[in-house]
Amino acid sequence: MPDILLDVRNLKIGATVYPPGEAPQDIEIVHGVSFTLEKGKVLGLIGESGAGKSTIGLSSMAYGRGGVRITGGEVFVNGRDILRMRAAGLRALRGHEVTYVAQSAAAAFNPAKKIMDQVIETTLMHGLASRAEAEKRAVTLFKKLGLPNPETFGNRYPHQVSGGQLQRAMTAMALCPEPDLVVFDEPTTALDVTTQIDVLAAIKEAIHATGVAALYITHDLAVVAQVSDDIMVLRHGKTVEYGTVSQIIETPKEEYTQALVSVHAILHEEKKPAGEPLLKVENVTARYKGTKFDVLKNVSVELYPGQTLAVVGESGSGKSTLARAITGLLPPSKGRISFAGRELSAELKDRKREDLRELQMIYQMADVAMNPRHTVGTIIGRPLEFYFGLKGEAKRKRVQELLDEIEMGKGFIDRYPAELSGGQKQRVCIARALAAKPKLIICDEVTSALDPLVAAGILRLLLELQRIEGVAYLFITHDLATVKSIADSIAVMYQGAVQRYGGKTDVLTPPFDDYTDLLLSSVPEMKLGWLEHVLAHRRMESAGN
Amino acid sequence: MSRIPVSAMIGLILTAAFFLTAIFANVIAPYGLNQTVGDVWETPFWSAEPSQYLLGTDNIGRDLLSRMIYGCQITIFLATAATIVSFATGSILGFTAAVLGGWVDQVMSRIVDLFMSLPSLILALVILSVMQVTLPVLVIVIGLLDSTRVYRLSRAVAVDIVVMDYVEAARLRGEGTRWIVLREILPNALSPLVAELGLRFIFAVLFISTLSFLGLGVQPPLADWGGMVKENKEGLVYGISAALVPAIAIAALAISVNLVADWILNRTTSLKGGRGA
Repeated sequence: MPDILLDVRNLKIGATVYPPGEAPQDIEIVHGVSFTLEKGKVLGLIGESGAGKSTIGLSSMAYGRGGVRITGGEVFVNGRDILRMRAAGLRALRGHEVTYVAQSAAAAFNPAKKIMDQVIETTLMHGLASRAEAEKRAVTLFKKLGLPNPETFGNRYPHQVSGGQLQRAMTAMALCPEPDLVVFDEPTTALDVTTQIDVLAAIKEAIHATGVAALYITHDLAVVAQVSDDIMVLRHGKTVEYGTVSQIIETPKEEYTQALVSVHAILHEEKKPAGEPLLKVENVTARYKGTKFDVLKNVSVELYPGQTLAVVGESGSGKSTLARAITGLLPPSKGRISFAGRELSAELKDRKREDLRELQMIYQMADVAMNPRHTVGTIIGRPLEFYFGLKGEAKRKRVQELLDEIEMGKGFIDRYPAELSGGQKQRVCIARALAAKPKLIICDEVTSALDPLVAAGILRLLLELQRIEGVAYLFITHDLATVKSIADSIAVMYQGAVQRYGGKTDVLTPPFDDYTDLLLSSVPEMKLGWLEHVLAHRRMESAGN
Repeated sequence: MSRIPVSAMIGLILTAAFFLTAIFANVIAPYGLNQTVGDVWETPFWSAEPSQYLLGTDNIGRDLLSRMIYGCQITIFLATAATIVSFATGSILGFTAAVLGGWVDQVMSRIVDLFMSLPSLILALVILSVMQVTLPVLVIVIGLLDSTRVYRLSRAVAVDIVVMDYVEAARLRGEGTRWIVLREILPNALSPLVAELGLRFIFAVLFISTLSFLGLGVQPPLADWGGMVKENKEGLVYGISAALVPAIAIAALAISVNLVADWILNRTTSLKGGRGA
């Protein structure tokens, strides 16, 4: 076959791990993966964290990041086995035939140099064009990628443009040397949904316009379905399923792929408001100390016992600040917050122990939400001891009951957080919150740091616990798919104010205001052709432009 | 721990030997601390005509080996006590400053800056010259002066820990400052502090020796190594080595503890394992 660009055969990748207190060990992290990519096609690599997708992507440049070594197999680019190449050959390959787009553009750009100089740098280094020619190419790419003022965009410094624009500038950087293959490593993961959609569209457009082939690495199946021709599902460094997009999305064969496709299919009936509201936030306005800008503007929401209020918005919309105002970490400058019929003091230190107990919090990063030097038993046991005075055997028994409740069972009580997986850590945090027998748990982006399947498990657990314990959740998230599956009422926040508020069905039923429309339509759906459909029907420009 | 580097091994063995000598001084020492056994400055074993005393005798005819052993006990006891004082005050105040923040932190940090801007030896000399020099006074003066360094380090380490979500979680639970300092921060700040412990111990040894050499440290009839250098320094002019023996001992103790501290520091700051679990 003449037009095979990338041919990976039985690729094996190893690394050395350094377990504390033991001798270093060599482990294999990719176990014999094979695939081919034709010219001008896009292959999506998808999997959870630790599946080896980035490592495989980088191997197409014969590069192993952070001590990772390619230990076996062959990688052919344009018919040459690049694993047998010497340094000079690799240097000619990287940045010319194969280029790379990293996840965090903000971290990948040099803040001290203008964007144009960085975009054309590799092109000039490889001597592929004169400076004038390279700049012309870059401007053309800026145009193709939909960047504002393409002629002058390159004169700006990285901090002068938005995150979405910077990600597109990095795509221009990768496309400027006119490569045969671009490796996109989670290019939209760090962006807000409303920005992600534009970057995604720009990347897709640029790939088609230049006829370049691409490896598109992501953990979001709905995203990869929009840009790829083929998809390879990876797990634990092995291929699970490899096929065309329509086959993977519509008729997945493997159980794991089916689970990924149907990950958002949790059904949750909306509960109508009943009785007295448990939490009442009235006209709350708040700003951070020493600033002159209100982060929360006149926010009013209500939450009923045993129900879930989802607060949705992009980063910077003030949703986490609302949680800080409710917990007392950021006393509001105006407005009042009442909880279970009594008014809450604005300052944390003035609150009664009972208020603290009944209002618990779960964090986004379970890693840093638990003291790494405490065992699971201490972490969950402390609220029991602190609020209820449980000690010794009684405490341990209750901790075990809570562990059973979060489906972790025996053998975890004496472990340290470092010995748990991401999902288990988040479960322990849930148990710690439950231990206080709260009436309300504030969940701040609790699933966003987790892989989709693990996140779905956490959501199911939270719903189940709500059914048993009757606890209410204030659920802060930017992920609308999560909202649909867990909320009873929804507050959409935009620039510190509540844009739309009401029961789930009402909020999610048209007619929408412009922002809600933009937000809702930006959530990737697992459908072919979704991207084009949305872009043809939108009313409001996203903030990334 | 699978392997200990050779340097750390040497350091460990020597440090252990010094501490054992200090603990069992009364058993090991052949003569009493102030027992005059022979002539002034009798010769040690390495001279052309060795006397019956292994390290010879000192400026008034006391057995130098016995005095070295008792001196070891006093030097190490004082340094250990001063280190404990400096760590207890420095780290607890440093953690508290980091947790409370605001003006408490400002006031404490500025006071510490003030003390650090004065040379600690001169400050100690001034304080000791107006007070009656007893062992507890020495321990407290050296310990408190050294605690400014420990304060700086522990505050810096704790400021990084205080912003972690688990500390916020403890605050939201309603925990007091005591729990946050002792149970949330201390266990996570321990590794860098343990490494610092070794260094501070050495500084305490050198500090005490310097003070004694200047006559404001350990007072006769007790004796530490610094004091012995002082007593025998006149002999150096006549080619008598008695003053060098305690000097070498001070250097050997400092180096051996340093080797151990270096190794701990390396282990705890290494990215590959060690600190994490």
